[in-house]
Amino acid sequence: MKQPDDSFVLRVRDLNKKIGRKTIIHSISFDVREGEIFGFLGPNGAGKTTTIRMLVGLIKPTSGSVEICGFDVQKQPEEALKYVGSIVENPEMYPYLTGWENLMHFARMQDGIDEQRIREVTELVHLGGRIHEKVRTYSLGMRQRLGIAQALLARPKVLILDEPTNGLDPKGIKEMRAFIRELASAGLAVFVSSHLLSEIQLLCDRVAIIGGGRELAVGSVDELMGAGRGMVIWDVEPKAKALALLVQYKDIVIVDSVGAEALEDAAAALLNERSIVTETPEERVAEVIDVMVREGIAVRGVHRIAPTLERLFLQMTEGEGIE
Amino acid sequence: MKRFLAMVQNEVVKIIKKKRFYIVLLILAIMVPIFSYAQMRQSLERQESYGTDWRLEVQQAIIDNQNSLSSDRVPQEWKVYRQIYIQQMQYYLDNDVNPNEPGGVTFTREFIDNSAALFIPLMILTIASDLVSSERTGGTIKMLLARPVRRWKVLLSKLTALLMFVSLIVVSAYAVCYLISGVFFGYSGWSIPIFTGFVLNGSDVDLTYVQATPQWQYLLMQAGLVWFVGIVVALLAFMVSVLVRSTAASIVVMMAALISGSILTNMASAWSSAKYLFMVNLGLTEYLAGNPAPIDGMTLGFSLAVLAAWGAVSVFISFIVFTKRDVLT
Repeated sequence: MKQPDDSFVLRVRDLNKKIGRKTIIHSISFDVREGEIFGFLGPNGAGKTTTIRMLVGLIKPTSGSVEICGFDVQKQPEEALKYVGSIVENPEMYPYLTGWENLMHFARMQDGIDEQRIREVTELVHLGGRIHEKVRTYSLGMRQRLGIAQALLARPKVLILDEPTNGLDPKGIKEMRAFIRELASAGLAVFVSSHLLSEIQLLCDRVAIIGGGRELAVGSVDELMGAGRGMVIWDVEPKAKALALLVQYKDIVIVDSVGAEALEDAAAALLNERSIVTETPEERVAEVIDVMVREGIAVRGVHRIAPTLERLFLQMTEGEGIE
Repeated sequence: MKRFLAMVQNEVVKIIKKKRFYIVLLILAIMVPIFSYAQMRQSLERQESYGTDWRLEVQQAIIDNQNSLSSDRVPQEWKVYRQIYIQQMQYYLDNDVNPNEPGGVTFTREFIDNSAALFIPLMILTIASDLVSSERTGGTIKMLLARPVRRWKVLLSKLTALLMFVSLIVVSAYAVCYLISGVFFGYSGWSIPIFTGFVLNGSDVDLTYVQATPQWQYLLMQAGLVWFVGIVVALLAFMVSVLVRSTAASIVVMMAALISGSILTNMASAWSSAKYLFMVNLGLTEYLAGNPAPIDGMTLGFSLAVLAAWGAVSVFISFIVFTKRDVLT
């Protein structure tokens, strides 16, 4: 993983933030490379937004540093912030100005952005038709796109998006993902925060997982998600017999109803009174089905569920739970 | 520098698009005709009782005030005020100048005199009070500060735009006032002599330094003082707007301060350290007109110094807080 090159466009070192006596961010460090989509994963209240605010200089860290393209955000904000475009939380623009006037407003704050560039980014986010209408009349999806246009104005090297799919409909979410991939393939580093594991799995190359203001893990998505054992939902009859069979396997863990509550909604919808939820290694599944069939257990369905963020957290903190 | 001017342009665009300045003009356009009409009715009534000779009217005013001096029911402070008034009227009478000569220019002078301490500052608040707080309420401050621009430059661009609008408001107040009242009273009266330089010694008026100033010149001096008051009020409102997150709270804080000022000037003559409060010093034009100061020891120079000090401290606090504070919400 360690490459002594300067392809890291965002370097975060040992970031801490104290508010009053309370430390809300505990030494977070990570690096983001050119052309990479980096996920920042954690439940609500884990400190994602606070960290993002420190990345763009809105909050001063108590200690630690943020470097963008080699410039320290605290010491040389005029240099460092040239290379970042960001949306922190919601894309809040001036509602009494038109989309175009909003972009003009932000363009006037830095060098090298002419009307041609504004037209370009407007095209890029498909706002062409309504760019001259007041932002007050925009839907959330359009505001999100205007926010991205604003972030891309100054041709940044790093794009920071805070929960970019929040509040979008399924179609909008798909479009957003495709759009982010497109930007990354053009060489932009994209930093995406989310509280949804599936979101990060679908989109990101690497990920930092945080909880309670602490960094729990940093690594490639495949690596980390593989670490979380997948869950299997068995829809079988009779349930008691199947349960007796499953407990014989040492590497299969029966998940109680409390554990099952941590399933994501789509998975939870599959549960019924016959369901048994287990943590089962992938390669065991075929074998177990085989045995069940031979024992005369009716197998009505077997669903493999990706580990949820909550399960991942439980495993990472070894059952201590999230603060 | 070019970048900075572009940022000032941003702020001006935002103020205009928020339609705040139109509200100011609208308020003026509604209030001025109302006062003009009231004034016209008053002068018609005067004509009925005194005919066309203004001397009779001034003499009557002097007699009325003299009578009230012997009354026990009139408070001591009011008596001082009336004694001064009598002496000034007498001076006008002796010099054969009508102090109430009707006309658009005279009306403008009186209207501004009366609105300098409260009305014009209130209009300035409509623009100043939400300049920073609205960016925080709307969340746009995050977009504004996550730019490769130092925070003090962002704040300075806002302050520059604000000072431009304060000047514009003062100019507009004069323009609207003159144009509308002229319809009622005619547009003349630029060269009517106005006496200034009354020096007050207790209840006596020292007339040594009194000189006749043409009214246009008087208006210029008055405008300068009103502008200065406006700037100081704007700086204070700007500071409150930096400190307070909610625009409503920001306006209420400043309104409370201004209104407490106009109450205090009427009752604080016994509490002498109140003269260091900015709100009792807003009536700068009173000095020009030769009216007694609300508290002993207050002079034009004193008030200017007090206001300047308050303004400077506000600017200092605004910049320190704005550049240091974390943007948490």
